[in-house]
Amino acid sequence: MISLREAFGNSLVELAKTRDDFVVLDADVAGGTGVNIFRDAYPDRFIQCAIAEQNMVSMAAGLASTGVIPIVTCYAVFASMRAIEQARNGVGYPNFNVKIAASHIGMDVGPDGASHQCVEDVAIYRAIPNYSVVSPADPTELKRSLSAILDHQGPVYFRTGRSPVPEIEGNNPSAPFLLGKGQLVREGTDLTIIAVGIMVHRAVLAAELLATQGVSCRVVNMASLKPIDRDLVIKCAAETGAIVTAEDHNVMGGLGSAVAEVVVSASPCPMDFVGIQDTFGESGEPDDLAAKYGLTEKDMVEAAERVLARKVGQ
Amino acid sequence: MSSDTDIDLKALALEMRGNIIKMNCHAGSGHPGGALSSVEMLTYLFFKEMNFGPNNALDNDRDRFILSKGHGCMSLYAALAKKGFFDEEEFKHLRHIDSMLQGHPDRVKTPGVEFNSGSLGQGFSFSLGCALAGKRRGSDGRIYALLGDGELNEGQVWEGLMFGAHYKLDNIVALVDYNKLQSDDLNSNITALEPLMDKFSAFGWHAIEIDGHNFDEIAAALAEARTVQGKPTIILAHTVKGKGISYMEGVPKWHGSLAPQGEERSQALRECGLEGLD
Repeated sequence: MISLREAFGNSLVELAKTRDDFVVLDADVAGGTGVNIFRDAYPDRFIQCAIAEQNMVSMAAGLASTGVIPIVTCYAVFASMRAIEQARNGVGYPNFNVKIAASHIGMDVGPDGASHQCVEDVAIYRAIPNYSVVSPADPTELKRSLSAILDHQGPVYFRTGRSPVPEIEGNNPSAPFLLGKGQLVREGTDLTIIAVGIMVHRAVLAAELLATQGVSCRVVNMASLKPIDRDLVIKCAAETGAIVTAEDHNVMGGLGSAVAEVVVSASPCPMDFVGIQDTFGESGEPDDLAAKYGLTEKDMVEAAERVLARKVGQ
Repeated sequence: MSSDTDIDLKALALEMRGNIIKMNCHAGSGHPGGALSSVEMLTYLFFKEMNFGPNNALDNDRDRFILSKGHGCMSLYAALAKKGFFDEEEFKHLRHIDSMLQGHPDRVKTPGVEFNSGSLGQGFSFSLGCALAGKRRGSDGRIYALLGDGELNEGQVWEGLMFGAHYKLDNIVALVDYNKLQSDDLNSNITALEPLMDKFSAFGWHAIEIDGHNFDEIAAALAEARTVQGKPTIILAHTVKGKGISYMEGVPKWHGSLAPQGEERSQALRECGLEGLD
């Protein structure tokens, strides 16, 4: 098993072999983002921007204006907050072809603690016009989706992750990764768990636990957070009648909100939200933090039970 | 590069000022003070120095001008219209709905605009990206960025100064429109800007100090910048905010956002050699 950030470094190296249209920007955290792998393989296509994220993001827009695709890399708290106004006014508004790739997402960050545990990035980038937001679930999907966002013209916020994650069965069809398309990972009829990132694997484990209780749980991986797969969300709401969302992110403004925006307007059904309950984290091992902050498969099973009770009551 | 044709720069500058006042009056708001203080620099850059016009606007090796002090955009619009990027008729729609001329520059809506500036500090960093990309491709295009003095309050500018020196970007020239006034007050009553020349030099830039309204000094500084190798150049251009409109000169309120009314409007037009708004 490797982490999504390691997969990110590996995928950059692999993609660089066949395409020379991108460069990688770093803010003195290459060891943390996995970009050190690329730096060592392609030093001429690696641009050290120092611990100066605001200059890095605006500078990237300048590179993009000349036809180069800059992949801006740093930790999510800095990509989504320290330099967010640069990303908004200098990249999003003029619609430059800049890719902002962030590691260090949510409680998965672990021992570095709350200052580096980003719980807001999806909410923030999702609210900026012109941006797409993509958050793959496993190393193979990371490579597929990275290739797809490089082919896409326009700004993209892309999320990796720190802890090793397994390949998810059913997550990687032979078809190319498409923005705006979710992936049905496991079929089910009683409810759907729509998950993102490292939570997709836990959602599959939750579905297995629910199966032992006689509950048929569908699992969807919504790696394309924006544009979201409206058709798939509506189909899940209509066919299973209940939805639980799961994200290592504040329950406000992230995947759960994005799904709810579709559900309430197009196909209302009971929903429940597994995620960080509007709080900062703390230092600790990722598994311990997941347990303390309600991000495990057991939390998804409990949310499923709540939402199924409401479904019956309807 | 400087063209051989004899251009009356002073007449052009007066025409630019007249157009700034006209569009300011049509808009009913805007930032006249900082547009007027930059007129000579833009006049020289657009009509003498730069290889940039509608015929090569998509050429990746063109010279580029980035107005980092985006609120001064009326001077940029006056220059771009004169270059033929759009009709002067558009001046009437500045800041109005459905206009190609926005309150701050928008490269998507306005032909000839390189960057969506207005949020201070960003245009300078954008320019550094253009310069770095040019270096990497071996382009001979040069990059010119105009910053405000108040803009130097932004930490991002100093990040950019370090970056430009680190990458030895001798294809970029930053110009500072040092009109001594920012939105609230005199620079010196806002924060400790000085000593700017020492700071720029200490940050690894080739620093030149000029009178920003003197064409000979502008020309000499830009020529000197072309000879500097291995480091970027910054020109600290002393200017007068509101230059050319007597009652606006050095008066803080003409930073913006407003336009002259009544007798002040007539006087401003007269001082630019115009009889009225057309």
